[in-house]
Amino acid sequence: MNVLYFAIPIALLLGVVFLGFFIWATRSGQYDDLDTPSYKILLDDKEIEPEKGKNYESRS
Amino acid sequence: MNQEANQNLESFSYDDKIVRWFTYATLLWGAVAMLLGVTIAFQLAYWKLNMGLEWLTFGRLRPLHTNAAIFAFVGNGMFAGVYYSLQRLCKARLFNDLLSKLHFWGWQLIIVSAAISLPLGMTTGKEYAELEWPIDIAITVVWVIFAVNFFGTLIRRRERHIYVAIWFYIATIVTVAVLHIVNSISIPVSLMKSYSIYAGAQDALIQWWYGHNAVAFFLTTPILGLMYYFVPKAANRPVYSYRLSIVHFWSLVFIYIWAGPHHLLYTALPEWLQTVGMVFSVALWAPSWGGMINGLLTLRGKWSEVRTNPVLKFLATAVTFYGMSTFEGPLLSVKSVNSVAHFTDWVIGHVHAGTIGWNYMLTAGMLYYLVPKLWKTKIYSIALANFQFWTATIGLFFYIVSMWIAGVTQGMMWRAIDGETGTLVYPNFIETVTQIIPMYWVRAIGGTLVLISFLVMIYNLLKSIAASKSDLKEEIYQAPALSANTATGHRKLEGLPMIFTVLVLLSIIVGTVVEITPTFLANRFFVKSDSITPYTPLELLGRDVFIKEGCYTCHSQMVRPMVSEQLRYGKPSHISESRYDHPFQWGSRRIGPDLARVGSKYPHMWHYRHMLNPRHMTHDSIMPNYPWLARKKIHYDVLEKKMRVMQALGVPYSDSEVASSVEDAQYQANEIADILAQSGVDKSVADKEIVALISYLQRLGSEVAEGITDQEVEE
Repeated sequence: MNVLYFAIPIALLLGVVFLGFFIWATRSGQYDDLDTPSYKILLDDKEIEPEKGKNYESRS
Repeated sequence: MNQEANQNLESFSYDDKIVRWFTYATLLWGAVAMLLGVTIAFQLAYWKLNMGLEWLTFGRLRPLHTNAAIFAFVGNGMFAGVYYSLQRLCKARLFNDLLSKLHFWGWQLIIVSAAISLPLGMTTGKEYAELEWPIDIAITVVWVIFAVNFFGTLIRRRERHIYVAIWFYIATIVTVAVLHIVNSISIPVSLMKSYSIYAGAQDALIQWWYGHNAVAFFLTTPILGLMYYFVPKAANRPVYSYRLSIVHFWSLVFIYIWAGPHHLLYTALPEWLQTVGMVFSVALWAPSWGGMINGLLTLRGKWSEVRTNPVLKFLATAVTFYGMSTFEGPLLSVKSVNSVAHFTDWVIGHVHAGTIGWNYMLTAGMLYYLVPKLWKTKIYSIALANFQFWTATIGLFFYIVSMWIAGVTQGMMWRAIDGETGTLVYPNFIETVTQIIPMYWVRAIGGTLVLISFLVMIYNLLKSIAASKSDLKEEIYQAPALSANTATGHRKLEGLPMIFTVLVLLSIIVGTVVEITPTFLANRFFVKSDSITPYTPLELLGRDVFIKEGCYTCHSQMVRPMVSEQLRYGKPSHISESRYDHPFQWGSRRIGPDLARVGSKYPHMWHYRHMLNPRHMTHDSIMPNYPWLARKKIHYDVLEKKMRVMQALGVPYSDSEVASSVEDAQYQANEIADILAQSGVDKSVADKEIVALISYLQRLGSEVAEGITDQEVEE
């Protein structure tokens, strides 16, 4: 079962990657506010009238 | 809004065209996947529906059905939902329109190539990873395109907080990439044929680590992300507990990856590994149910709308089925339950509770939400949506219940031992098959109802789209740039974790290749076991026929250590017996009997007649006829290459064995043909595939591993 010598590190590495994500998320304040994000997604974006001649972000 | 504030605002639009494309693709491939499912369901109920055509046998279509359902239907649906929600959650347009298009067309091309190659028998023989190496490379490329497009969008987001749905998408992208690459590593023999670098138990472990996580990270995490976006949006209520959703995500991500070995309970896999798989599977109960409860409670106070609003109806049902399948999954992973359920239809029912109940229902809810928004139209008919809902639900009910009955019935019949004589109550395997045929009919009818429901949805949505009067011009939105009040350089810093991810991912891939090379090189220095010899050249060719015809979809090669199995099949399979099997063929289902010890059980002539028409030997057999095996010539031209690849993978063939492989194979083929000729078979059969297959089948289990210590195997 020598494949374990590489399967377990891979699985652990994946865990470490996500642990890194978690630490980054916590430190950068992603989880400081756990109330408003769930409400914020309910707000729809407001459309505006495009101005003539103005250059907007890339559009197909 | 005053002039000053306006200056901080950035204007942008969303790329909804690509979402519309993926929506069409979801509808198309969903119908194809379900049509294939219904076809193979009827084939099991009535064998003649295999049509006598090699391209349409169960063994070849079943992989196409599973691949189509997972990667084509759920895949396209996932991409539509991810691209729609990601843009809105990030308040940013997708990173690059060209990448989006490459992603779309690349994925469709992969699906089409699967639809052509799998019926032609081009397969790696590893479940849900059957596609051959050029397609595997294409999948990797398209997945990287998806990842770049995704993370590029995330970097340019205008919303600081990364909503929980996005985290689920990140886990999907990162993990699927690693799983796919690790499991697909193989050495090509020709353009559409390769051998997995892993063998036997090692291959089994890697394959089911992949197989289980394909369910976890392709059919579950992305769909949970969609749930956390579309359920609150459709109900217009915030998720019940945002905190719980965060806990749900992180616990799932850390636990899921370890649960794979539960697919290999009671096999020749080391027992401690089986226990690890079982423990982590049972641990999954908690986060899964946390997520389900969170989804359902989001609908609190909205239940009256669930009755009338098709979007909520489908979504609520999907979340309920998520709860049901994630209850059943850990249950099936408990060893004592698994001893009855493994290799039976119970597992098939379980996965369909997931794919139909969870994936299809959630996709349907999402599409009923998306289509009116994407095309600025209204749902054509609520009544049709309701009709679809009930047809699908009743169909699924028939499906699950029939598979429960079939699975438990067959599992109990296999293990029934007469208390007085100590012999099997149902020694003939076919008795346990004919017993559940009625359930196969019920399942096929249930599946047909699900297919009908899907076709109704396609009609309903296309009518809705046709009624659209919009020119579908992209709208312009405005939002402040991210952290406009901090230093402008902060935007760049914000992207660092993402660049970090990509770098880590790349290092994983490089590390994988570096680590894996010594792993398989070490195989060369295996203690050569006296009792296990590699396949002869002809047996190797026969094994490739076995793989090509998808025999593993119905026949396992793994005798478990239970008394009933030993009475029926013989000595339990030993880990060393499959040590030269690239890929392993332990199988996951016994629609027919186990073949691990079939060698020498019957004369050559039995197999010959059985392949031409199984009913000559077993009256009620449901196996298709394989007359083309007696017509198609053995491909000797690639044999030497195959031997050399096997040699590179550590199978102890000497150079002279490789050099004389064609000669040796023809010699053995003539021997078998001579014996067949004594029973009146035309001698010209000597160079036909059927002879190679017989040589392989007669070899199986003929070398029962004796006196090999586990130590020796692990060296």
